[in-house]
Amino acid sequence: MMTGLNTAKSAGAGYADVRIGRQRQNFVFTREQQIQNVVDTDSMGCGVRALVDGTWGFAATRLLTKDGVSAAAKEAVSIAKANRAARDRPVVLTPNPPTPNGVWKSAFTKDPWDVSVEEKAALLLKANAEALKVKGVKFIFSGLFFVKEERSYANTDGTVTSQTAVRSWPIMQITAINADQSDFQNRTNIAAPMGRGWEYVLERDLPGHAEQWGEEAAAKLGAKPVEVGRYDLVLHPSHLWLTIHESVAHPTELDRAMGYEANYAGTSFVSPPEKMLGQFKYGPEIMNIQGDRSQEGCLGTVGWDDEGVKPEPFLLIKKGIVNDYQTTREQAVWLDWWYKKQGRETRSHGCSYAQNWDNVQFQRMPNVSLLPGEKEQSFEDLIAATDRGIAIIGDGSFSIDQQRYNAQFGGQVFHEIKGGKIVGQLKDVAYQMRTPDFWNSMDMIGGKKSYEFGGSFFDGKGQPGQINAVSHGAVPARFRNINVINTGSKA
Amino acid sequence: MSRPHRLLSPETAPDAAIVSADDAQAVFARVKKLSKAETVEMQLNSNHTGNTRFAANQMSTSGSVTDMQLAVQSSFGAKHAVVVTNDLTDESLARAVAESEALAKLAPDDPEAMPALGPQTYVPVNAHFDSTARLTAADRAKAALTALQPARTAGDLQAAGFIITGETSVALGNSKDMFAFHRATSANYQLTVRTSDGTGSGWAAADHPDWSQLDFKAVSDRAIEKAKLSRNPVAIEPGRYTVILEPQAVGDLVQLIGNYSDARSTDEGRSPFVKAGGGNKVGEKIVDERVNIVADPQDPQLMSQPFDGDGLALNRQSFIENGVLKQLFYTRFWAKKQGKVATGQPASIKMMGGSTSIEDMIKSTPRGVLVTRLWYLREVDPRTILYTGLTRDGTFLIENGKITKAIRNFRFNDSPLFMLNNLEMLGPSVRLAGTEQGGDIVMPSIKVKDFNFTSLSEAV
Repeated sequence: MMTGLNTAKSAGAGYADVRIGRQRQNFVFTREQQIQNVVDTDSMGCGVRALVDGTWGFAATRLLTKDGVSAAAKEAVSIAKANRAARDRPVVLTPNPPTPNGVWKSAFTKDPWDVSVEEKAALLLKANAEALKVKGVKFIFSGLFFVKEERSYANTDGTVTSQTAVRSWPIMQITAINADQSDFQNRTNIAAPMGRGWEYVLERDLPGHAEQWGEEAAAKLGAKPVEVGRYDLVLHPSHLWLTIHESVAHPTELDRAMGYEANYAGTSFVSPPEKMLGQFKYGPEIMNIQGDRSQEGCLGTVGWDDEGVKPEPFLLIKKGIVNDYQTTREQAVWLDWWYKKQGRETRSHGCSYAQNWDNVQFQRMPNVSLLPGEKEQSFEDLIAATDRGIAIIGDGSFSIDQQRYNAQFGGQVFHEIKGGKIVGQLKDVAYQMRTPDFWNSMDMIGGKKSYEFGGSFFDGKGQPGQINAVSHGAVPARFRNINVINTGSKA
Repeated sequence: MSRPHRLLSPETAPDAAIVSADDAQAVFARVKKLSKAETVEMQLNSNHTGNTRFAANQMSTSGSVTDMQLAVQSSFGAKHAVVVTNDLTDESLARAVAESEALAKLAPDDPEAMPALGPQTYVPVNAHFDSTARLTAADRAKAALTALQPARTAGDLQAAGFIITGETSVALGNSKDMFAFHRATSANYQLTVRTSDGTGSGWAAADHPDWSQLDFKAVSDRAIEKAKLSRNPVAIEPGRYTVILEPQAVGDLVQLIGNYSDARSTDEGRSPFVKAGGGNKVGEKIVDERVNIVADPQDPQLMSQPFDGDGLALNRQSFIENGVLKQLFYTRFWAKKQGKVATGQPASIKMMGGSTSIEDMIKSTPRGVLVTRLWYLREVDPRTILYTGLTRDGTFLIENGKITKAIRNFRFNDSPLFMLNNLEMLGPSVRLAGTEQGGDIVMPSIKVKDFNFTSLSEAV
């Protein structure tokens, strides 16, 4: 790494950082009672980023030789110099105290690479067999997906860190089909991916739950198609995490708000920051949304980000009002005025991340979560308090516009609520919403005991596209008078 | 790092990254020599790409990447496993081969495992242009200025764009002497121009394996014009409208049909092509009779890889002909089981065009909507390929044969099957600069009736 830094500096970089990364992935996929695929991937290389006269350059190579890394460092500087011709404003970085020798490991106790493929396959095939016991269940797709990242980082400020993170995702899709083939229904997204190891897979106990998920798929065949109209929605954390991801976490990315993602992921309605911070009412006073890359066991958790910043929790939405944005060192200075006004230090929130050694780091979403309410109440308590509504479990179809105003979400299991009780299962349910109206309609949230995590391996952004793994903590919540559509139709 | 860094590797310069057919054969020979499996199958990908990104009238992140990945699949009877590495030293190759063999031996039997293919015949596709392979960051920065300069000069426009160029090669081989090789260059430019007041947004793009075919100024002019025209949009009621979709919007929807055209899912009763009472809809008219959809790597507009991931040759295949579903995709296993011919999995798709220009479509429309592109398409109901998504970056109202105003974006809930049944007019087909799903795609503009817009979006 020092070779890369020294070469970049001698070539003219004012600032440079070097990441040497190794990313391994392991998948085992099955269907019904057979194995489909066993794959182990391994990618290793070096990425050098250089800031020359206020303009970025980046180059990456798989060749981890002195010559290979030096060539990448020279190329990064050369790209930055070539781009100088088209520069407008120079990039300025927020200062950050160096960490000279940081070592960090994520919260896993059993490394999935220490578990045999036989054991992984046996667990999946047992779960498949349990689901197939259910009448109407005909097909299963299941899998285990593991990622292990080893990342060494150094920058010209004097930071040197070494980190290891493991992520695990148990997957099942259960398909039930009518006897006359007139309908088929899926139950999927049965467990959240987490920043933990094999112990998490065992805790999720796929074989122990598979029959129940199979029954939920089969029950959808006979479920009542939803009547379009307005309903109170009681959303379980296994569903609400995705709504938080799309409608709160993405719009509070500062690069989006400032137009830096306009050509791909889009911009944000939470813009411009000077009209939003401390002013815009996103939701009710019970709405507190926290960004946090230090949360144990989560997908977006790190010891230091890809600019050497140690993350800490920060409130994006405080008592319903926009309070902050997700930032990197390049971006935090843009909000200097706000932090000064608040009497806070201007510092990056540690949201710089690159998916692997061959991608340049940029602002990515931290774990973003809806904090529990003061009153200890559960999903069932929220249902009991609801006269006419739909309770939704699990995430399904999702789509939202490029400024994060208009969204449509499906789900996995839909329970009809009447008089505070579940009276049956519904199908073909999706709700459409306008983000601020939706969040301002939230009138009940669960307490600490009802807090659960959801998450995704595949949060996409940037050009070239990069993925980011991120968790979202949520409590169950009730939203009043939401527009529900029926998505069923015939081919 | 748990692996030692190899500081004295014989491999040195990044420009040695793109492998030739001979280089690939040499790597495969090394793997075959190491292999103790009954069958070994290999894939070697190499790439060198350079990209330039700009936003808010400012250069942002730019970079170059050089990489190479080798996948080794070892099989013992019905047991198999794949190991992928990007380290091609002798030590790493030996480890990859040994690990894939060890994993394969531990893996349960795959009753659907197919024997490796023998030698195949491919029709080569020339999609490699030396001048594109030699492009530099300075060339890309110069191209970016075609958007940045006019946007900065205008004072009320904000340009955000992305230029990526590259060179790739793909080689497949196995211990039964199958060998496939394809190399290509690529050049892609996408540009969004927004008005500084945040009320207008326009998008345009271009893509070709040959950089010299990209007209940067034309793309920039088009995005700027759309941004200005789309300023201050008005809201009109959602509902069913006659809609003119530009090729980009058509591509995002029509490409989806391919994802549901797997013969096995249909035979298992879980696809939109299941026939009521059993069987499938092959031979039935499923969309308007003017619709013809093909996959053809040799087509001069597609120029795509002439083999699939298994090494099966891909030649011209017709999926929808005169509105009739002609075939479904058969994997090698399912084809064998059902007594059919394996089709391979094409990654390119072309919908044949017509002769009506967008201008003529507009002239023929008393009241309708012109859509530039779509965004965030997601499956709502797999039984009908019902998708939801939104319009973006240039949505206009047509009244009495003319564009009369910019309108707010809509959310739609519709299916490409429904849409192609409601076809009214067909324009010339053009190569797209990337759909949400990716791949080499050629699509026409179309005019359809009764497109289903279900709600309004304030997003610009």
